Amino acid sequence: MESEKDRNVEQDILNIENLRVRFETEDGVVHAVNGIDLKLGYKKTLGLVGETGAGKTTTALAMLRLVPDPPGVVECDRLEIDGQDIRSISTAKLEQIRGKDISMIFQDPMTALNPVFTVGEQIAESIEIHEHVSKDEALKKAGDMLELVGIPRQRANEYPHQFSGGMKQRVVIAISLACNPKLLIADEPTTALDVTIQAQVLELMNELKEKYDTSMIMITHDLGIVAEVCDDVAVMYAGHIVEQGSLEEVYGETMHPYTEGLFNSLPNIKNRQAMLKPIHGLMPDPTNLPPGCPFAPRCNYATEECSKAVPALKSVGGTHKVACSRYDFDKDFLIDRRKK
Amino acid sequence: MAEINEKQMRASQLYKKRNSFEMVWRQLRRNKGAIIGLILLIVIILGSLLAPVIYDYDTDVIGMNVRERMQWPSAKHICGTDDLGRDIFARIVYGARYSLAVGFVAVIIALLIGTALGAAAGYIGGIFENVVMRICDIFSSIPSVLMAIAVVSALGKSTANLMLAVGIASTAPFVRVARAAVLVVRGEEYVEAARAIGQPDWKIVVVHILPNCLSQIIVQATLRVGSAIISAAQLSFLGLGVPAPAPEWGSMLSAGRLYIRDYSYMTLFPGIAIMITVLSLNLLGDGLRDALDPKLKR
Amino acid sequence: MHRYILKRLLMLIPVLLGVAFIIFAIMDVAEGDPVYQIAGPDATEEQLEALREEMGLNGSLVERYFRYIFKLIRGDLGTSYVSKMDVMQLYLQRLPNTLKLASLAMVVAVLVSVPLGIVAAVNQNSLKDTISMILALLGLSMPNFWLGLLLMLLFSLKLGWFPSGGAEGFRSVVLPAVTVGVGLAALLTRTTRSSMLDVLRQDYLRTARAKGVPEKRVVFYHALRNALIPIITIFGVQFSNVLGGSVLAETVFAWPGVGRLVVDAIDQRDIPTVTGALIMTTMLVTLVNLLVDIVYAYVDPRIKAQYTK
Repeated sequence: MESEKDRNVEQDILNIENLRVRFETEDGVVHAVNGIDLKLGYKKTLGLVGETGAGKTTTALAMLRLVPDPPGVVECDRLEIDGQDIRSISTAKLEQIRGKDISMIFQDPMTALNPVFTVGEQIAESIEIHEHVSKDEALKKAGDMLELVGIPRQRANEYPHQFSGGMKQRVVIAISLACNPKLLIADEPTTALDVTIQAQVLELMNELKEKYDTSMIMITHDLGIVAEVCDDVAVMYAGHIVEQGSLEEVYGETMHPYTEGLFNSLPNIKNRQAMLKPIHGLMPDPTNLPPGCPFAPRCNYATEECSKAVPALKSVGGTHKVACSRYDFDKDFLIDRRKK
Repeated sequence: MAEINEKQMRASQLYKKRNSFEMVWRQLRRNKGAIIGLILLIVIILGSLLAPVIYDYDTDVIGMNVRERMQWPSAKHICGTDDLGRDIFARIVYGARYSLAVGFVAVIIALLIGTALGAAAGYIGGIFENVVMRICDIFSSIPSVLMAIAVVSALGKSTANLMLAVGIASTAPFVRVARAAVLVVRGEEYVEAARAIGQPDWKIVVVHILPNCLSQIIVQATLRVGSAIISAAQLSFLGLGVPAPAPEWGSMLSAGRLYIRDYSYMTLFPGIAIMITVLSLNLLGDGLRDALDPKLKR
Repeated sequence: MHRYILKRLLMLIPVLLGVAFIIFAIMDVAEGDPVYQIAGPDATEEQLEALREEMGLNGSLVERYFRYIFKLIRGDLGTSYVSKMDVMQLYLQRLPNTLKLASLAMVVAVLVSVPLGIVAAVNQNSLKDTISMILALLGLSMPNFWLGLLLMLLFSLKLGWFPSGGAEGFRSVVLPAVTVGVGLAALLTRTTRSSMLDVLRQDYLRTARAKGVPEKRVVFYHALRNALIPIITIFGVQFSNVLGGSVLAETVFAWPGVGRLVVDAIDQRDIPTVTGALIMTTMLVTLVNLLVDIVYAYVDPRIKAQYTK
């Protein structure tokens, strides 16, 4: 009874505390995710931003308990989706949740579909499993889903190799939306696609999200996409969240040098003469992270203090949080982006 | 100018080769199975080399000794004696000479013919490739045992013909492997470069292409020696192999078979000898494959 | 698809002609000139020539080859030197036994190897995996006729569960079939394992898991369907080895199949029987390979698409 009551007052579809994921391989332990907290309200969209290798996909897989084990080891203090504790439920229950309450769109549509089944079968399978309908009914609904993502239903009998990349991604979206999930995780859904197709797919996802009141986590390295679809933003770097807040907070009052660096790496459409200012160097080796702030070796503002301890994520007003030691030591510290 | 390029290219390839040899050995050393296989194989080869020192062929291996016939294994004859009173262990040790010789020579025949044809087919392409591959298809659709039987019956029973028969029957896989490997390597930049500086085709194939397919060919060869040994034993078992009284393992089994009900040890030991020999080659071959191609390692 | 099958059937013709030629040429060397033996030492040159004509041995190799082929098209493989029977008839008499042996051996092999390979792949590097792989390696390293002898020793001579030879009833086919099947099973176990391992890493299985497909269904439906493709290929390629292996098993267990026919005929230097049986066997292998290719197309839609293009 108590838990039922809690669930009704629960404000967040997603609540993660102190998530850590490491991969214990022959060549050493890869620290992929190092203690992150995430919260997401119903019908909201969170943008999870960062470079390749920042641990975004691993974070998403951990939410579905899909991190391959071995070598993956997942630990966290709290992992709740729609009020259910994902950590402790049985495999059977987990299989009921996957695809129904929470589903995922994968990065590469070329490899995400099973080559030996028709796309119709692949969409219908999830409906068959979760809605306990007959195969014919499921196939019929699979046809509806195909139309919903803009593919004629006659093509349900075709195999993945007969579709283009953009069309495949539409199929993947249809699979993930087939059972009206409450939470949709989209892992770089447009990265593998042509630019023109990217826009179409994004528009489609936005539309469907509105239509079905779906909450969404948009994993991307593209700040433009975030601006288009997200309410909240979390910036990840080397398995840590370095800045987090509403879209306005993070974009308008950028605090973290890394976030600034990401903005500076974008081409400036208004001023085409402006030089790109890329972030120098590479993400640290996740088997051997530096002792202090993981971004310090690449940071233009780093001081000696930065390499001493990992900075904690601290609130700076509203929902805005940042993990940067410079603000602790220097009351007047301000990154360049804010000075203008 | 061209000369310098060529020298540099060869030097870098040599470096690559030596480097990869060390890497392969390091990989192989970590593989327990491969090491067991290698040690077994060395023991078997040493045994077969030393056999004439330990045993006298005429008295111990083929000499009859009626008083000691049909003895079960004992301290004196650890594998027992056969129907003519010959020590089975001595015959097995001597027999390794036949099995290994037939296995290795047959595979060398298959390797030379197969690799040459396959490499040429892959490099030349066109009608030649088509004809070679169709002949290959034809050879692989004749069951290799039957093929070998036919060849031996055509040429007559002898050790040399057995080698030839088994060799011909195992050629097709080498053609395939060599052709596939050449097709992959043919498009690589260093081959293009060699062609650009005007090296003759045969030299490109021998100097640049074959060394890079070598790993696959070595793996194939190691595994094939094992199956060639089995094929040879099969033919001898059918009475088409090494003529009596030579102590070939297959013909020992064929002889032991007559007494299987009461003297089963006569059937047991030669078979174990074949199995251990083939097993050691398979272990080594698997290990080599994993070491040479880490992508395939599972 | 039908056009593809037709095309493949037409492409068989040159292959079969080639097979027939190779076998014919080898057996021609084997034959030498048998008329001297048959006619005796006192025969005149005319008598010898007449005998050659009668036996179809006159003319060059190519001439005789084409004569043979034209007879073959009509289903005539000549007459056995020994039994004076029609070779086609001899072959067809033995064929059902060989097919029975080969098919049961393949069934045994699949029933053992596919589950073993899946278990090994799903539990990679576990004890189950290691044991399966050791068993497969032993199976691969064992000469099958020796295994047959051991099986005979244990199960018919010592325990008396199965007959040690002959072709009387179902029980007599069990030991020969296991003998032939073990080698194939060993190979198929390894193929199944590596093919499954390959498929188990694929992204589309993650997609399946993410949509809530139960793990069992992920392995046995999504993964296995894909892993089957290389398994079927090996199966087809190995059919000729199964027929080859059955020659040995037929010898060990006195099983009256085609293999025995060939071996006996070679002993008796009965060349027409050897040639005929070898050519027919090879044709069978080729047809089975075609069948496998067609099945293959039905399992993998990508290949089917290539064919129908």
